[in-house]
Amino acid sequence: MSASKVKKGSGGGGGLGARPEHSSDSPLSIHAVTVAYHRKPVLWDVDYDAPSNQLIAIVGPNGAGKSTLIKACLGLVPRASGEVEFWGGSYRQARSRIGYVPQRESVDWDFPVSALDVVCMGRYRKIGWCKPVTRSHKEAGLECLDRVGMRAYAHRQISMLSGGQQQRVFLARALAQEADLYFMDEPFAGVDAATERAIVEVLRELKGQGKTVIAVHHDLQTVAEYFDRVILLNMRVVAAGAVEDVFTRENLHKTYGGRLTLLSEAAEAIARAGGR
Amino acid sequence: MAGGGGSIAVVGDELPGWSEIIETLMFRAGYNTNIVIMGTTLLGLAAGVIGVFALLRKRSLMTDALSHATLPGIGLAFLVGGWMGVDGRSLAVLLLGATVTGVIGVVCIQGILRYTRLREDAAIGIVLSVFFGAGVVVLSYIQVNAASGAAGLNKFIYGQTAAMSERDAMLMGAIAVVAVVATVLFLKEFALVCFNESFARVNGWSVSAIDLIMMGLVVAVTVAGLQAVGLILVVAMLIIPAVSARFWSERLWALVVLAGLIGAASGYFGSVVSALMPRKPAGAVIVLTSGVIFAISMVCAPKRGVISAGVRRGMVSLRIAGEHLLEEAYGRGESGGRFALTSREISRAVRIGVWSVVFGPVVRAGLYWRRLARRTRDGIELTEEGVRQGARVRRNHRLWEQYLVSYADIAPSHVDWSVDQVEHVLSDELIRELETQLGARGIVVSDGVGVAR
Repeated sequence: MSASKVKKGSGGGGGLGARPEHSSDSPLSIHAVTVAYHRKPVLWDVDYDAPSNQLIAIVGPNGAGKSTLIKACLGLVPRASGEVEFWGGSYRQARSRIGYVPQRESVDWDFPVSALDVVCMGRYRKIGWCKPVTRSHKEAGLECLDRVGMRAYAHRQISMLSGGQQQRVFLARALAQEADLYFMDEPFAGVDAATERAIVEVLRELKGQGKTVIAVHHDLQTVAEYFDRVILLNMRVVAAGAVEDVFTRENLHKTYGGRLTLLSEAAEAIARAGGR
Repeated sequence: MAGGGGSIAVVGDELPGWSEIIETLMFRAGYNTNIVIMGTTLLGLAAGVIGVFALLRKRSLMTDALSHATLPGIGLAFLVGGWMGVDGRSLAVLLLGATVTGVIGVVCIQGILRYTRLREDAAIGIVLSVFFGAGVVVLSYIQVNAASGAAGLNKFIYGQTAAMSERDAMLMGAIAVVAVVATVLFLKEFALVCFNESFARVNGWSVSAIDLIMMGLVVAVTVAGLQAVGLILVVAMLIIPAVSARFWSERLWALVVLAGLIGAASGYFGSVVSALMPRKPAGAVIVLTSGVIFAISMVCAPKRGVISAGVRRGMVSLRIAGEHLLEEAYGRGESGGRFALTSREISRAVRIGVWSVVFGPVVRAGLYWRRLARRTRDGIELTEEGVRQGARVRRNHRLWEQYLVSYADIAPSHVDWSVDQVEHVLSDELIRELETQLGARGIVVSDGVGVAR
């Protein structure tokens, strides 16, 4: 198993006694997870323990299973084997503490709702079955739109928003969930500069509030700037840990194989990270 | 309906007089007709409301497969009912059978999707045709072998609205009430699952329970509509009101209300028309009525309609052409001449296919009207404001070109507009962004306005 485990303060106690590496401190523990689509493995024996209160990037080439890893954690794709624990408990127990930003392309933006309606969806669970969205929930939704600089667009139909603005609406919806652990699937994909800044600001804000973020990230150039930790993924975990330790040329080489264009990009990214 | 009072024979049809039309519309055409009109109106209402969710859940085609898959159930229910001594022609028995095979059909589609790599359209095509074929076989078996007349079963294929009884109308009413109440109760849940299923799942919503309620309502409406419009056309009652309403509304609740109204109106007018012209099958007329409403919506809707979209596109082209002229004229002035263009230069600058002949004068008129230019002997000359605007357009153009040049490595892959287009649509925010990005690389784009002052 080449995956380097990341642990932070074992904390002892809770969790599974049989496996000391799983502690209730860690918001997310992935153990030996394998996922296959039509018998073709996409993730192979993935192990990872996420340290608390960190911004964590999942990085890897196309088809490396980055999104699948997030979806497997959230139970959106069936796991062939392995376990996922949240704060030492099951997903069911932890659900109200988990926020999710799906890929923007995963929904039909021509849907007849406003930006605020979408954000309020993050609070539906708190509202409960059959009850209407009350004024106070709408206020909370507006607050979240404000945090991503989208308050002025609250009553726009969502297809009238630009791609970046749609991404910010998704982020605001996740904020409305008031979670402790956030999964974000390519939050920076195809967004404009203003959105990128807004997202980074929100990420730092979340970190300041003691929350943990795990995001699929495709831009090697900005990994070191935006994130504390990185998981290099290519079907299995090639390396994982603090960006300074793990985000190295040879690890990237291992992750991306011989893809030259990406390697030159990576080299540049490392040069920059080193310069900091 | 151009009866005009008299009774003019047209291709063997008696066109009704106005008084008869009005009486039918006002529910004064006799008890049986009223029952039919009430029933189809209520069915239309229920189908319109529930159809919104079938549409938003992208299940339009699956609904079609569902309705076709009811046919074998109708035939089998008739046979089984006969063997068991129940009256095989009782509507309740037949609709129960219809529901069973309809649901089996949908389950088959889900199974095919799950266990093979076939796409949904293929799975639906298979299930729809195979189940319908099975239904035709069962019905022909009944035709030949059943002692009692089974010809009545054919009505479920094409619908036979006129046969609607008081009990049937009450059933429609009950379904309409259930549809409306369920929608009011579960609007939030339905919206969430239709918009973003995976998010709902992650949040701990039971997507299958919500789906079950939604699809249960679709099944109920479909089965109830079999007798009225027939299994071939019932999908239209679900889908057409919803898509028509979508042209007029941008919010879900408005969409639901509007689709319900459109569905009810289609049911109402459709059955009135068919009551007045007995040889016109009500089901088809109902569907045609909603088809007309759809066509009107598609063409005339204020935001999403074809006309308004065309007008909007035209306005943008006009503005862009106008700005081209401003930039062109500004260029003349910048290089020492007057801020003016001759008519020939204008027609060279405004080239939009075969429309140029009409377009050129319109663009010019627009410039005059906005007081950006005035007419001269052989063309136009910019006003002070026109010069300012020209300078702005020219500057945006340069900014954008400069950006493309300095970021040539990445820009082409990130940008799919042509230079000529984009300078007109740059937002202020984006322009400031361009300025800072270029500034950071030490590139300063001259303001150009200096020349104008």
